[in-house]
Amino acid sequence: MENHSLVQRLIARPEFGPFVLLVVEIAVFWSFNHDFLSPQNISNTLAFTVELGLIALAMTLLMTSGEFDLSVGSLFGFSPVLMWTLFNSGLTSLEVGFVAALLVAAIIGLVNGWFVTQLKIPSFLVTLGMLLVVRGTALFVTDGFPQRTWSAEGSWLAEALVGDFFIGPFRIYMSLFWFIAAAIALGYVLTQSRTGNWIQAAGGNPSAARARGVNVSGVKIGLLVLSSVMASLAGVISSLRTSAANPNSGTGYELEVIAMVVIGGTALTGGRGTIIGTVLGILILRVMRNGIVLIGVPGLAYNIFIGAIILGMMALHSWLERRHQAGT
Amino acid sequence: MAEPLIRMTNIRKSYGRVQALEDANFHVNEREIVGLLGDNGAGKSTLIKVLSGAVPLTSGDIFIRGNKVSLRSTSDAIAHGIETIYQDSALVTQLSIARNLFLGREPIKSPRFLNRMDQDAMNTVARDLLKQVGISKNIPPTTPIGSLSGGERQAVAIARAMHFDSDLIILDEPTNNLGVAETQGVLSFVRSARDSGHSCIFIAHNIHHVFQVVDRIVVMRRGKVVADDIDPKKTSVAEVERIITGMSDKEIRDAIADGKPSH
Repeated sequence: MENHSLVQRLIARPEFGPFVLLVVEIAVFWSFNHDFLSPQNISNTLAFTVELGLIALAMTLLMTSGEFDLSVGSLFGFSPVLMWTLFNSGLTSLEVGFVAALLVAAIIGLVNGWFVTQLKIPSFLVTLGMLLVVRGTALFVTDGFPQRTWSAEGSWLAEALVGDFFIGPFRIYMSLFWFIAAAIALGYVLTQSRTGNWIQAAGGNPSAARARGVNVSGVKIGLLVLSSVMASLAGVISSLRTSAANPNSGTGYELEVIAMVVIGGTALTGGRGTIIGTVLGILILRVMRNGIVLIGVPGLAYNIFIGAIILGMMALHSWLERRHQAGT
Repeated sequence: MAEPLIRMTNIRKSYGRVQALEDANFHVNEREIVGLLGDNGAGKSTLIKVLSGAVPLTSGDIFIRGNKVSLRSTSDAIAHGIETIYQDSALVTQLSIARNLFLGREPIKSPRFLNRMDQDAMNTVARDLLKQVGISKNIPPTTPIGSLSGGERQAVAIARAMHFDSDLIILDEPTNNLGVAETQGVLSFVRSARDSGHSCIFIAHNIHHVFQVVDRIVVMRRGKVVADDIDPKKTSVAEVERIITGMSDKEIRDAIADGKPSH
């Protein structure tokens, strides 16, 4: 009986659906093409997965508090452009440029937060406006051309962020460890800390939370800053790894990231969120993109599958929700 | 006479040109359940919102145990021991019972910088409290509020007010949308809250519920307190209804007769 209830509890967890989907997905791709699980392919998939993943982790907390950030994709493109522009012009060292890029991202997050909490404009609209402002700035500053980038080798910053080494046949980038650290830290914040309780309350019933003395505006501003900074960090990591700084990079990432979070089981309406689910959601979408190409489906058909998965997961969630409420 | 727990004197509140409260005087004694009655728009909710810090007053004074206080926000009011329970709106449905009970005042495990909630302690206290307020069913404190019934939610909200030593618990329409058994449950929580030393203000449209539980009835009409010492044991429901509407029997009959032809 003990075992039985343990299995039941596992199945009842909101992360169970995405977990099954990921396992099935991997099994299907592997059965079509055994190279899918080759060390080289796993290493390649992981390298970019964790970069988008960093944004998705922050977005999970933000969406749990009931807000969105659509400006993350444009920050992903803008921050490395800013860092390299400062560096190339000789104004600063690479490290100072990096810190400056993160600071600017934090200020952009603050501005988003101010619009959302003080002017009470839905974050959806505020960050949509910010998306255009940030992307437009990146394009204007660079005349639309990619920035010259050094191969940043030798810089301790590049080593710390994207230095790579081999574990057996797997090529691992340092960014993987930053992702794991961020996932553990944010998972802890969400489920164990009192801040996590406030984040969930802010998304679930903001007026009740406010009545209990919870600083709902502070929580939301903090999370919008976190989301901007994480997007900026992810952009810089990606730029250092590929030695490229294109003002157009990151276009459309905001929707892919939100899809990852939602597929993982975080409520679109706020109040409930799961970091483990988001990690699964990140893997589901990235494995899908990689697997589709490997088994010979045209890469352009990728969005068809992503859309279908999102619809399917939403249907599953709403079904589970109804069954859950009928049961208790 | 001893100083009352809460004394509100000459309270005025206007929204633009609309006078919601005109020199309202109101008090609640220690260990007393006061029923606040009045028609829609009589000023009950405005008075309660002023007392719970939700809206600022235009003029007037509020005293708690004789000390003048200014209540600028709901957290101010909570800090002064005034807890307001609105129907359903005071809880976060996605969070568990224990997390709701301690929302905003979560106990922290040392070391403090990790900001980690002491969930064991929260669950233990929650389990005890649920027993105290008479939830006999074995509901684990980790259950989300969303899967509780209306009466159970009220019980959780009342339990929270009792645990944090609120001197005054304001219940705004606590019996709306509740079944008969649940209503009796809420009424008995109110009695047990008084027995353990709390005062209550009880607002309800259903006069019969008010009569069952309160020590004293206060009636408001058009922003003023028109009666503040009605003893429910010596007064009939009909008499109170007359005070609420401000009309004599004959006037009521006339009003009904006037209304008839148009229907």
